[in-house]
Amino acid sequence: MKIEIDVNNKVHEVVIEPNALLVNVLRDQLQLTGAHVGCDTSQCGACTVHLDGRAVKSCAILALQVAQSKVVTIEGIGDAENLHPMQSAFREHHALQCGFCTPGMIMQAIDLVTHEDNLDREKIRQGLEGNLCRCTGYHNIVSAIESVADKA
Amino acid sequence: MYSFDYHKPSALTQALEIFQGADDPIFLAGGMTLIPTMKQRLAAPTDVIDLADLDELRGISLVENGLSIGALTTHNEVATHPLVVKHLPVLAELASTIGDNQVRNRGTIGGSLANSDPAADYPAALIGLGGSVVTPSRKILGDDFFLDLFETALEPCDLIVRIEFPLPDRAAYAKFRNQASGYAVVGALVADFQGRIRVGITGAGPCACRAIGIEDQLMQNLSVDVLDLVEVPDAGFNSDIHASAEYRAHLVKVLTKRALRQMLGE
Repeated sequence: MKIEIDVNNKVHEVVIEPNALLVNVLRDQLQLTGAHVGCDTSQCGACTVHLDGRAVKSCAILALQVAQSKVVTIEGIGDAENLHPMQSAFREHHALQCGFCTPGMIMQAIDLVTHEDNLDREKIRQGLEGNLCRCTGYHNIVSAIESVADKA
Repeated sequence: MYSFDYHKPSALTQALEIFQGADDPIFLAGGMTLIPTMKQRLAAPTDVIDLADLDELRGISLVENGLSIGALTTHNEVATHPLVVKHLPVLAELASTIGDNQVRNRGTIGGSLANSDPAADYPAALIGLGGSVVTPSRKILGDDFFLDLFETALEPCDLIVRIEFPLPDRAAYAKFRNQASGYAVVGALVADFQGRIRVGITGAGPCACRAIGIEDQLMQNLSVDVLDLVEVPDAGFNSDIHASAEYRAHLVKVLTKRALRQMLGE
């Protein structure tokens, strides 16, 4: 099937099978490899992207489902010269070790500070329930998110 | 995932027509259970009918006897919608404990109820609040909705349009949360409708059910202590890696107590 999908404010035409998952279309066809496939069972959150402004796990969504929606991936929120505030905060707080979970963490963290008020460390930890860091580097991740929440 | 044909109808009648004309079709709501199930090849429908464009399945409004919630309403929408927060805070609270944030942004109340997962949270609310499920052709009482493990009173070519919840004077939900999945090992929703007490239990048996024995005791004496007098038999309860049937029976009492304490403000 040929469909158009809007990713990072650019409309792409892709030819896909109905059973193609969003994360695979992003990675294999659009070369947007920031969304990672960690567990492929919708538990680790490494594939988190924004769909119409909310964080979702792109390994549990068919690409066909997003044909009329706006998708934003980690590549769409900033670049090396112009980091998103959440990316800067992760850098400042050394909130990454191997970096595999980082794109998903950042996309979920942005959803969290955008939609939750009065975030404290406990609420941030709860908000990261759907994201696993295999390096167990949560402490600094929470600090990074807390610093952005405090400025918001 | 096996291959299938994908359909995205724009009207309810069209969705039902596609369903009737297909070999082994399935309706897709949020997909938070269905897509992982298909990925594991535990489900292999020939046709997936995406309900996302059906406006009839959306919207939250006050109706004559309570609150009506469209089947496609996501868990996060239920958790934060002003009408739910104001008139049925127990449901908003329950919805905020489902899965994780990404799942709550996508999973729907209709999808959860239609799936009848024995450990899902919403079934406790449908039962405990005495709600009803509205399909295109009829209204099914919550008490008659869940039949067995992953089995409901929905006919094969049937879907949930909306759910109607009566508004209790007060209510509370308590669950023993599986640390990994967020599902309820056991969950109890207690509601007070002018002295008529309802208790909905999820997680314990093959599907959500009322705790009639506990309700009877509580209607005679609305106190936490009275639960010590109730026997909860574990016959027919689930036994798995997470908890034995005996432990689940114990949790039914513990969580009903917790919900009751919260409801009574103790």
